Amino acid sequence: MTVPLIFRDVTLGYDRHPAVHHLSGTIAAGTLLAVVGPNGAGKSTLFRGVVGILKPLAGVIDRGGLAVRDIAYLPQIADLDRSFPISVFDFVGTGLWHRCGLFGGIGRRERDDIIRALAAVGLQGFENRIIGTLSGGQTQRMLFARTLLQDADVIVLDEPFNAIDAKTTEDLLELVRRWHDEGRTVLAALHDFDLVRAAFPETLLLARSVVAWGPTKQTLTDANLQEARRMCEAFDDQAAACAGDPTNRQAVS
Amino acid sequence: MTWLYDALLGPFIEFEFMRRAFAGLLALALAGAPIGVFLMLRRMSLAGDAIAHAILPGAAIGFLISGLSLFAMTIGGILAGFVVALLSGLVSRVTQLKEDASLAAFYLVSLALGVTIVSLKGSNIDLLHVLFGNILALDDPTLLVIAFNATLTLIVLALIFRPLVIECVDPLFLRTVSRAGGPAHMIFLGLVVLNLVNGFHALGTLLAVGLMILPAGIARFWARDISAMLVIASISALLSGYAGLLLSFHTEVPAGPAIILASAVLYLLSVLIGPVGGLLRRLFPGRHLEA
Repeated sequence: MTVPLIFRDVTLGYDRHPAVHHLSGTIAAGTLLAVVGPNGAGKSTLFRGVVGILKPLAGVIDRGGLAVRDIAYLPQIADLDRSFPISVFDFVGTGLWHRCGLFGGIGRRERDDIIRALAAVGLQGFENRIIGTLSGGQTQRMLFARTLLQDADVIVLDEPFNAIDAKTTEDLLELVRRWHDEGRTVLAALHDFDLVRAAFPETLLLARSVVAWGPTKQTLTDANLQEARRMCEAFDDQAAACAGDPTNRQAVS
Repeated sequence: MTWLYDALLGPFIEFEFMRRAFAGLLALALAGAPIGVFLMLRRMSLAGDAIAHAILPGAAIGFLISGLSLFAMTIGGILAGFVVALLSGLVSRVTQLKEDASLAAFYLVSLALGVTIVSLKGSNIDLLHVLFGNILALDDPTLLVIAFNATLTLIVLALIFRPLVIECVDPLFLRTVSRAGGPAHMIFLGLVVLNLVNGFHALGTLLAVGLMILPAGIARFWARDISAMLVIASISALLSGYAGLLLSFHTEVPAGPAIILASAVLYLLSVLIGPVGGLLRRLFPGRHLEA
């Protein structure tokens, strides 16, 4: 089952301050979408909203009945405790949660799936390594293997190729293309415009609010990029309640 | 050979109180040490220490009401442990105080309160009993309580093992696939309290946490992955218990401190010669490999 993601006037943020302002639009099922924009543009915030970790301040994100667990989310690497003593095999195996849950056993079929996922990201022979011994690129490969096992309809990748070398990026991009061919919806936050132009048919240019959204060629124009760069990053502590906030609008009228 | 028998086995075969102490330690080692490993991996070693002290006023109130009654002191200890575990988490979440500072505050207050309450009614002997436990005088009901708590701990730990591990490594991932993370953490805190009360009966409030944290530290120097760590922690806890009991038997040192000291010796040895990051390995790493 694949369904579109629909944003209806969504504002996401922290402590009432918006980080993504009044986003409306639809991501059709099976879209391969790049989300680009300067640091602080709200890319990660948008993704947190999509996967349901962050509740919108206003507006609605319609996931068409998809539960949070049907969306695979690969955050920026920082959240991982890499000193934890767990093997690569066990770590990647956690991607099978939707199948095994709290108590389900890891049987032969699951073992084979894990081995295959590791092979798909080029980590054969790393099964028994402890995660702390992997390099940055290998860690990212491992996280992709887990995402692969999650077998999700929607896959959200937050800056997956940061500080990753060309070879690894190419390998992992191959996986992204495969997900796209399988009809999954893939969203990825990226900074490399050349890579976006080469591999992503659609692009959302974000700078706290939508600057442009559509086919990559029409989105990544010089004029649009210029505008995105002018975005104001700082929160204004004195900011008044937004007149565009529907709850506020009702109060006024 | 008889001297070896006299030194290592005799005391346990001849004296029932030694066998009882060993049985109690077996239960403590099997359940408490794995909990200690998780405390260490979650960077909660000091939190464990603080909760251990928090048990004191609860047990002391139980003591005030009904003397050295097993039931009253167990219930009082469990309740007080829970209250402090929850409160310190709450204080650090709601106010500016960081969790370690709020735990330090709670445990100082608990210790002062506990000692005061015990001395309201009891003698110094009672106070010593509460502070350092009485492993050499475990009666049937106490042994049963310890064994029951240990069994319960192992079963529950097995049930929450998966979310607990994932919550340590990648909490955000767990949040996106399941809601089990929060409950698993609360249940884990419950197990911590339960095992500290267990340790309290045998080793007293001040040392209860010793047989949880020290074996966990030892395990870190011998194993690379979590399953092996849990097993090694239990074994080293049992070993320290056995060595401590013998030390206490032969030299008439109090048993509780002797057990913790034995554990400390194992810990020092591990720091020195442990194959995973031990000092010797660091100083003399050997020639580097070809690939």
